[in-house]
Amino acid sequence: MSARLLELSGVSKRFERRPNLGERVAEALGAAPAGQVVHAVDDVSLSIAPRETLALVGESGCGKSTLGRIAAGIHAPTTGTASLAGAPLMSGGARPRKATTRVQMVFQDPFASLNPRMRVADIVAEGPLAHGLVSRAGAAAYVAGWLGRVGLDPSFASRYPHQFSGGQRQRVAIARALAMQPDLLVCDEPVASLDVSIQAQVLNLFIELRRDLGLTCLFISHDLGVVRHVSDRVAIMYLGRVVETGPTAEIFSAPRHPYTKALLESVPRLRREGAADGDFRPISGEIPSPLAPPPGCHFHPRCPVAEPRCREARPELRGAAGRQAACHLAGLD
Amino acid sequence: MSARLLEIRGLRTHFTTRAGNLPAVDGIDLAVDRGRILGLVGESGSGKTVTGFSILGLVDPPGRIVGGSVRFDGQELVGMDREGLRRLRGRRIAMVFQDPMMTLNPVLSVGEQMALALRAHQDASRAETRTRSRDLLGLVGIPSPEERLDAYPHQLSGGMRQRVAIAIALLHRPDLIIADEPTTALDVSIQGQILHEMRRLARETGVALVWITHDLAVVSNLADDIAVMYAGRIVETGPAREVLARPRHPYTRGLLDSVPGEAQPGAMLAQIPGSTPSLLRLPPGCSFRERCARASAACGEMPGLRALGDGAVRCHHALEPTP
Repeated sequence: MSARLLELSGVSKRFERRPNLGERVAEALGAAPAGQVVHAVDDVSLSIAPRETLALVGESGCGKSTLGRIAAGIHAPTTGTASLAGAPLMSGGARPRKATTRVQMVFQDPFASLNPRMRVADIVAEGPLAHGLVSRAGAAAYVAGWLGRVGLDPSFASRYPHQFSGGQRQRVAIARALAMQPDLLVCDEPVASLDVSIQAQVLNLFIELRRDLGLTCLFISHDLGVVRHVSDRVAIMYLGRVVETGPTAEIFSAPRHPYTKALLESVPRLRREGAADGDFRPISGEIPSPLAPPPGCHFHPRCPVAEPRCREARPELRGAAGRQAACHLAGLD
Repeated sequence: MSARLLEIRGLRTHFTTRAGNLPAVDGIDLAVDRGRILGLVGESGSGKTVTGFSILGLVDPPGRIVGGSVRFDGQELVGMDREGLRRLRGRRIAMVFQDPMMTLNPVLSVGEQMALALRAHQDASRAETRTRSRDLLGLVGIPSPEERLDAYPHQLSGGMRQRVAIAIALLHRPDLIIADEPTTALDVSIQGQILHEMRRLARETGVALVWITHDLAVVSNLADDIAVMYAGRIVETGPAREVLARPRHPYTRGLLDSVPGEAQPGAMLAQIPGSTPSLLRLPPGCSFRERCARASAACGEMPGLRALGDGAVRCHHALEPTP
């Protein structure tokens, strides 16, 4: 029995764009293959202890959502293994399927993730009924219980998603996930589409539920303020790789990877004393295309301290367990 | 030349819908001086975007400006004819939108659309146009601008597209740029770059900015002045420093307190209860009173916007500045 609830080891996910008919014909006639491969997640190992919240942070195209979907059993990794409480997350075979109901997911956009033609009661009860967590006779009370739990009036059960605001829909989505009684909750940008005042309400609900239900969470976000607030540990991703992991407070107070440092500096922070010139240093350059990531350390073209070896050798994650950085130049104090 | 560039008085823009009259903007006053950056802050449905559109006469039916005045450099814009507005738009007042993919024409190269935007208001030779366009792309931080002139929007990243949109906005050296959530769709590192560039451009070119956003952190890094909107009205306005450090309206205070990052990690965030009221069924009196901890019987009557310190606040129970 391991002390880890979720264990991802050496996980990679490649997406291939298959050549279309024209390109296949061209290929048959001797042209270069046109298919493209995206390494969305590139050899990532992560684990989450029970009752811990790990935040996965990064910008678009860094692979955080793909990794979240692997952890949630939606995608099977191309290589590597994902296990929950020691048991594989996915079934074997040619078409692997999710092999557990103990992990559930909350998606970013509550307008897209709730079926508009289903009543809230059916949305929340569908999974538990299908998996025998509740009897048909007990379903109504079960749903009412979860709606109350997420701060919705149980009488809303007969309504449709369009009758709710964004914040309320996100509560429905959380109720749907929790009604499956998961051990691990994967939340992909759960508050990114909400207004600030509603965001605070949903974050508070999240903190409360996590405490009361002893949930373990993988919390995916690009918002460092939110991450600092809700997570115990952070993993920073850049172009498919984890570049730094550690306890949240340490990452924020003493980042080791140049990307983490730059990210922390470039995020506009609420300055109650007002704007001051020159106190805010953006990272230079663009995020490279994941179709053609730079060799060596993916961050070297934007890195202020890059050396020649950064262009050639991929830096491995180094450091004590739980506090690692993938940089040739990071100090290991 | 007076310092006052834009002056909005009692602006009301309403939408006629099947469900009834929707007062998206209901009597707002705003002023922007030359070279100043105004952050217009509000949550969804507060009327901030409609305000921006109203300035340029871009509100389409079923919406229309039903009252008030928008004076730009002494000229009244409300009721101005199409030709008059056309001559101002893009030349003296430019706009940058949230989604650059919606503003850039996908079938024209960057250079072609910049040429069109330039020739809409002035004659310029082909060579002149190209030089001017290239210089502006460089100014907004686009690497190898000469080659980018021949690129199509789909070949550029989101951040680059937004830079192109900003370069187009700067083509005619406008006096005022209205930017509607221009960095919301961008990644944080790219957003940081654009904010940095915009602040530099505003300082260097003397252009005034109205920066419309829901993001208080962005505004706090950029704006000279702040106006906070709620349910179609301005509830608080003043110098950015003042509004951020000593908010007077309970809503502004609530918004600032609910930003994560500020609070003790893991603790409950201060939250504003409830949600934004529907504009179709606004309660009489102060629109915020149903969510407000300080509300009293007096709030059944709409408070006026009254001067307080260097700013103004629309509240019967304005907060005392905390020392």
